[in-house]
Amino acid sequence: MTATAMLARSARAVRWYVREVMGDAKYERYVRHLQAAHPGAPVPTEREFWRQHYAEQEASPGTRCC
Amino acid sequence: MTSRNTLVLGDPQPERGGAVELRTDPALPPVGLRERGRWTPLKIALWVAVAVLGGIGWSIIGLVRGDEVNALWFVVAAVCTYLIAYRFYSKFIERTVVRPDDRRATPAEVQNNGKDFEPTDRRVLFGHHFAAIAGAGPLVGPVLAAQMGYLPGTLWIVVGVVIAGAVQDYLVLFFSMRRGGRSLGQMAREELGVIGGTAALVATMVIMVIIIAVLALIVVNALAESPWGIFSIALTIPIALFMGVYLRFLRPGKVTEVSLIGMVLLILAIVAGGWVSETEWGAAAFTLDKVTIAWALIAYGFLASVLPVWLLLAPRDYLSTFMKIGTILLLAVGIVIVQPVVQMPAFTEFAFTGQGPVFAGALFPFLFITIACGALSGFHALISSGTTPKLIQKESQTRIIGYGGMLMESFVAVMALVAAITLDKSLYFAMNASAALTGGTAETAAQYVTSLGATGGDGVTADALNQAAADVGEESLVSRTGGAPTLAVGMANILDQIWAGSGLKAFWYHFAIMFEALFILTTVDAGTRVARFMLSDTLGNVDRRFRNPSWRPGAWIASIIVVAAWGGVLLMGVTDPLGGINTLFPLFGIANQLLAAVALSVCVAILCKKGLARWAWIPGVPLAIDAVVTLTASAQKIFSPVPALGYWAQNATYSQALAAGETSLGAATTVTAMEAVVRNTAIQGTLSILFAGLVIIVIATAVVVSIRSIRSGSASDNEEEAVPSRIFAPRSLVASKRERELEAQWAATPGAPSAIGGAHGNRHGSGH
Repeated sequence: MTATAMLARSARAVRWYVREVMGDAKYERYVRHLQAAHPGAPVPTEREFWRQHYAEQEASPGTRCC
Repeated sequence: MTSRNTLVLGDPQPERGGAVELRTDPALPPVGLRERGRWTPLKIALWVAVAVLGGIGWSIIGLVRGDEVNALWFVVAAVCTYLIAYRFYSKFIERTVVRPDDRRATPAEVQNNGKDFEPTDRRVLFGHHFAAIAGAGPLVGPVLAAQMGYLPGTLWIVVGVVIAGAVQDYLVLFFSMRRGGRSLGQMAREELGVIGGTAALVATMVIMVIIIAVLALIVVNALAESPWGIFSIALTIPIALFMGVYLRFLRPGKVTEVSLIGMVLLILAIVAGGWVSETEWGAAAFTLDKVTIAWALIAYGFLASVLPVWLLLAPRDYLSTFMKIGTILLLAVGIVIVQPVVQMPAFTEFAFTGQGPVFAGALFPFLFITIACGALSGFHALISSGTTPKLIQKESQTRIIGYGGMLMESFVAVMALVAAITLDKSLYFAMNASAALTGGTAETAAQYVTSLGATGGDGVTADALNQAAADVGEESLVSRTGGAPTLAVGMANILDQIWAGSGLKAFWYHFAIMFEALFILTTVDAGTRVARFMLSDTLGNVDRRFRNPSWRPGAWIASIIVVAAWGGVLLMGVTDPLGGINTLFPLFGIANQLLAAVALSVCVAILCKKGLARWAWIPGVPLAIDAVVTLTASAQKIFSPVPALGYWAQNATYSQALAAGETSLGAATTVTAMEAVVRNTAIQGTLSILFAGLVIIVIATAVVVSIRSIRSGSASDNEEEAVPSRIFAPRSLVASKRERELEAQWAATPGAPSAIGGAHGNRHGSGH
């Protein structure tokens, strides 16, 4: 593998990891889940999805450690 | 027997050097792989090398005297110990008691809803779990414990995590996962019965209140009389609001983008804080006393609890996660590059006399109480049950996430300790002794530190203390107790040396303060919210309307009660004539260790019920250590005749002085202050009694339940029905060669479900 290919690959891996950990990829994953598990179910827009997400967080808060 | 839990007959174990494929469906590739390595000469040599290197590290830390110890050895000794503990001890625990079965579907797979139940890539989940467990505790505890010298703290942080903290996190995570992701409270009720369960619930609520109060006190102490700090921390609120609005209305879902913007704004806020604090109006407007800051925090806690999550809490959390991981990496790099020299001795006299100025009490038990989170944190049991177990792909991954995640946390504690012990001794004591001892000014503090003799670094001048404060852009560093400012000075020292001569020390100091305050404020607002929900749930027994989280009056009432509870303790600490941190921090530690006792008791009871009583020592030994530590500390706090140590002895001293008509005693120079001491010690003493009582109840019920199930000989537990798994994922962070082959096999199988998110075709990220 050439150096540039390796660099590009590492950059992709870093991007993937950051998007997953921070939550950017949450919506895409949800849509894929819907398509796989409930084909034909209405797919929310990204905006609707995040509104729903925060509404659920509102109802069941997660704790943070000391 | 637990036959219902065994899907496929038998529990095949691979031979040495071999592997067993675990299948649930002949049409699908294997859902699990059990590999057993062979001891090749290369592997043996590698582990011997790790052991030898670790041994050298420990020898240098433990035996070398009178020479300058390079702090890098602390990192080496810790990391080598972690590697060996993970490879051998956690493997042993896995094989004897955990016995994961990758043929069983995890709750994430069974109940996958794409949201809170969702098979999540193990590397991502490791990051999430670590971000959730890492807080201010492991940063602050080791700093305070440094008053006893570096050796006791280092030993307990590393040994404690290996035998206690990581074991607790691992077992709780696994047991909760087998129970559909149930919370610690629910597990306590199921496993320990009504009495034990109720004691656990009460303990959790009281602990939340104490923990929030003490953390808030640390922030208050870090920001008092610091216009720079106040200005930049205050700006985080509008920054978070902006991020919230941005994410809701402008670009939903662009979390990293908005966090980067937030980060840049944060840096600007720190820089701007420096400018503002140098102007006359800025210094006047942003120099606040402790009581004002405490009230501001109380108001903030209340608002954060009732405002919508998306507006304040969620964006703050993103910012905090970003800062957390970034700063910890920065500090690790700093220690490796700068290799600071240790200034503290291995032991100070305070380890034995118990008369340390930072907190009272001898090494046993107060070292363990003070370090708490870095070695064993009961609070983690709340994360390891409930949130994380609902996201695990495969049962065998609990080892890296539970045990491995806690090792990382311990590493953070080691770095915090390094930052504190590489600090000038006299500065350390001038900063961490309460104003009651130092007198609050540079002149009196210099006298006090000089009076400590060799322990205090053979004296210091007032000018030197003033210079140290000026270096970090502060008016004074005297009696800046709570650990956060000390850690910030330590970090600033290290980071400043990376780019020597850049003159950024004041920036780094405030960067570190910002980082800690963000951590803590995130815990304060999330904790207030969680406690509010727990309270609403309990109040729901009285008035059903409280059960409905969207009933606004209920949310307001519960929030007010919770905030009043921790706000009261906070104000008590802030106004305490005797110091605050030194009296309250032990309560914080005891509360945290009490929660650990609850979690470990549940683990012991579960093992006995599963018929694994002969391995019950695995959580049993840490439980015994924890119980002895917590109860001895509580007993000393309740019964000790030494006023500095015993709450009630202090209470009696001041009551008698008041009754005798005296108008001042020690640091309390007015009758009002003396009355405050009487009131505070009464509250602290009562809490100590409550905590000790709860520990005894929980452990006693666990012992009764365990003995009963050993006697009856019938194995029963509350695990959920086993469901065959239909996904595959590697066990650890890096996939083995055979695991990669299996991943490729799954990717090539048409119609096979993906291990991530329950959809097929998501291959990015896998397999590098």
